[in-house]
Amino acid sequence: MQTFTPATEADAADIIRLATAPLQIEGAGTKSALGRPCVGDVLRSTGLSGITLYEPSEMVISARAGTPLADITDTIAAKGQMLPFEPMDFSQLLGTVDQIEGRRATVGGMAACNLSGPRRIQSGAARDSILGLRFINGAGEIVKTGGRVMKNVTGLDLVKINCGAFGTLGFLSEVTIKLLPIPQKAVTFVIKGLEDAEAVGVLATALGSPFEISGAAHLPFGLGRNISRTLMRLENFEASITYRIDQLRKLFGAHKDINVLEGEDSVRLWRGIRDVEFIAKPQANIIWKISCAPSNGPKIMAELRALGGTHYYDWGGGLVWLSLEAPHAEVVRAAAARFGGYATLIRAPETVRAQIPVFPPESVPLTALTRSVKASFDPRGILNFGRMVEGI
Amino acid sequence: MNAILFPIPDANILDKRDQIIAGLAQIVPFENLITTLDERRAFETDALTAYRRMPLAVVLPRNTQEVSDILTFCHAHGVKVVARGAGTSLAGGAIPLEDSVVVGVAKMNGVLDVNFADRTMKVQAGITNLAISGHIADNGFFYAPDPSSQLACTIGGNIAMNSGGAHCLKYGVTVNNIFGVKMVLMDGTIVDIGGDTMDAGGLDFLGLVVGSEGQLGIVTEATVRILRSAEGARPVLFGFEGVEAAAACVAAIIGEGIIPVAMEFMDKIAIEICEAFAHAGYPMDCDALLIIEVEGSEIEMDAQLARIVAIAKQHGVKVVRASQSAMEAAAIWKGRKSAFGATGRVADYICMDGTVPTSQLSYVLKRTHEIVRGYGLRVANVFHAGDGNMHPLIMYNVNDSAEQAKAESAGNDILKLCVDVGGCLTGEHGVGIEKRDLMRHQFSNIDLAQQRRVVGAFDPLGLLNPGKVFPLDM
Ligand SMILES: Cc1cc2nc3c(=O)[nH]c(=O)nc-3n(C[C@H](O)[C@H](O)[C@H](O)COP(=O)(O)OP(=O)(O)OC[C@H]3O[C@@H](n4cnc5c(N)ncnc54)[C@H](O)[C@@H]3O)c2cc1C
Repeated sequence: MQTFTPATEADAADIIRLATAPLQIEGAGTKSALGRPCVGDVLRSTGLSGITLYEPSEMVISARAGTPLADITDTIAAKGQMLPFEPMDFSQLLGTVDQIEGRRATVGGMAACNLSGPRRIQSGAARDSILGLRFINGAGEIVKTGGRVMKNVTGLDLVKINCGAFGTLGFLSEVTIKLLPIPQKAVTFVIKGLEDAEAVGVLATALGSPFEISGAAHLPFGLGRNISRTLMRLENFEASITYRIDQLRKLFGAHKDINVLEGEDSVRLWRGIRDVEFIAKPQANIIWKISCAPSNGPKIMAELRALGGTHYYDWGGGLVWLSLEAPHAEVVRAAAARFGGYATLIRAPETVRAQIPVFPPESVPLTALTRSVKASFDPRGILNFGRMVEGI
Repeated sequence: MNAILFPIPDANILDKRDQIIAGLAQIVPFENLITTLDERRAFETDALTAYRRMPLAVVLPRNTQEVSDILTFCHAHGVKVVARGAGTSLAGGAIPLEDSVVVGVAKMNGVLDVNFADRTMKVQAGITNLAISGHIADNGFFYAPDPSSQLACTIGGNIAMNSGGAHCLKYGVTVNNIFGVKMVLMDGTIVDIGGDTMDAGGLDFLGLVVGSEGQLGIVTEATVRILRSAEGARPVLFGFEGVEAAAACVAAIIGEGIIPVAMEFMDKIAIEICEAFAHAGYPMDCDALLIIEVEGSEIEMDAQLARIVAIAKQHGVKVVRASQSAMEAAAIWKGRKSAFGATGRVADYICMDGTVPTSQLSYVLKRTHEIVRGYGLRVANVFHAGDGNMHPLIMYNVNDSAEQAKAESAGNDILKLCVDVGGCLTGEHGVGIEKRDLMRHQFSNIDLAQQRRVVGAFDPLGLLNPGKVFPLDM
């Protein structure tokens, strides 16, 4: 197995064009354990690095795909800006921290995996803020799609389909992202002692209020504390936060155990929720991510109670993180599907990921579309062949 | 002449018209099949009225299965299909071809489910944009994207065009507010894409379908995100002496990290036209007007407005006038939202839709005036300034073909300018036929060919809404 680290987009295009067998596409490799295992020489984006455009007054940044994400977040933070979608750092969860010390997650990998954290419920997923991409398709052609302005419906949008395609449709070479100002203040309103269903009900009330909750999670009993915590984040200017905390107190006055976290206490909590820290250990456990309508989260978990394990909810209940000793794929998927949800295998040994579909199996017509869309980008099956679906 | 060309109709299909109609008559009841010349005329164009083509027939299916049966039939007979919502496309996206069947979704306009706990709503594709919000308004909820045409346009059309509106600055455009669709592929296959979840796993087909201009399939149902309305909203008028000052103020507000719900721009001609129509109390002695809306509780609105007013003062704002009542607020928005209609009463116009980086607004506005004046025509500007989405309305006489050609040339020059300063050809109206031939100014042949191949992955025979979006020689 060979590793290519081209220094220019044109070199990367040549490598793909001349390839006669599948290539594995990587950034820094912090998420190489996500998805189905695939084979082939490795094509890395880390040689394509650097911010190519940053206009703070337009809240937009472009960077080559191999640029460390941290470089971007540092650069924009210095101007009081942030990534709207709060991408997670998976290196702890996937245990890739030690293996690849010194290597840092790239912006290309972030886009390819559509990484979206707690603020998803308010500001959308990565795909909603990524305005433009440059990528190399499986024929080795350099393609651009989207642009640098927020409103753009010119032609078929290939940005979103490439976000979350895990490098199966294109080798991303440049990413343009819309930013948001960092709010003056962030606090977390906490209610303790609620059961899952009750907690998700509370979160639904909060999210259905006019108070612009930017994070809505529930940590059941045993996750960090010996009491459950239902969390609602407010991010805004000072006067608004003061007002909204008052309003939430009125809304949830019937609950006794309420407190408000500020500063680093609040920040650390959401970082933990974002990065799945609370259930990351034991490292040998399987991690599932279940997406569902928020009110169905506790219903799905009720069906899965017999499996044991630990879990918590983000996105108001619409995202369940579940840690189990064994995959129990059929049981987990059936429970999710019964409520219109989808279960994705986020962490599992390679042998398991080779046997069990990592992504939720799709209907026959959608599988056919996955195949034909893949062929339209990568007719020879060069790019991350089989990473998402076996044989595609 | 710049007249936009249409593909040459297939004579074989034209000859088989009776047979095709007979086939369709097997699928839908008599009253849902429109065949007479007079009745078809209502469908021969959309809001790009300078162009029109008479379709073979118009079918108005009542459910997804009928749509599937129609497409299966058309696919088997190689008949082209143009989906249609309300026909308000400004880009000619819904203009038929002479050898096509129009499939209108207007009869499918019901609400299927409302789920306040999960903040989603499931509707049929033919429901109007406004009816979605109207259905949940009493519960304090709304559907965010609000095109000015919202009284008429359908969610199916909004999805096809990825439509925007004044309040998209804060809440995003259609694609950011859709969770799932039911769609029929050209071969009749019914697919469910996404659902009621925030993330589905697998390829993001939803992100591909929204904005695909009716070329991937016919959407029959959609699950949309609904939001709780803010406690209050206050549109405020900011009048400026110079157009440049107003544009610079917009850029400065965004640059300060303030994102109001809406930030709309009108120049002098637009102010005059809209005021005459809506009597909204727009200041008449200004060259440019910004309508900036803030929302939230009184304290929050006051705080945000204070910052905005301070910035506006730095840019020499002449008049600041907050709406004093719900009625005044409604009048302010009525004036803005009827801008196109009001302009239409004064003159024929074509509406451009380029987007530019907000820092370029001032320059592009100046050049727009120069360009249009250079063709001896007049232009009104009324647009979504906060996201740089410009709408120059170039006025001309539709019965004067030389003037029409000039107007189209001026429009093309403006759109190329938008691309050249880092923007794009269309921010929310779509490409349709109108901007089709300019696509090579923004995209390379490789870019376009990749897009085209993806369309082909859904519709290999190219029967769905052909002749749109991509240059005809592709
Ligand atoms: C006065 C006026 C103001 C406007 N203001 C705005 C604005 O503020 N913002 C904005 O974004 N747009 C605006 N528009 C443009 C227009 O209203 C939008 O593009 C709208 O979404 C079109 O919806 P429709 O139902 O009329 O679709 P149509 O015009 O019927 O069709 C538009 C396109 O969608 C396709 N289509 C329609 N239904 C379906 C379906 N069910 N499945 C698949 N494809 C389908 C058609 O084939 C066509 O390509 C305005 C138009 C007018 C006339």
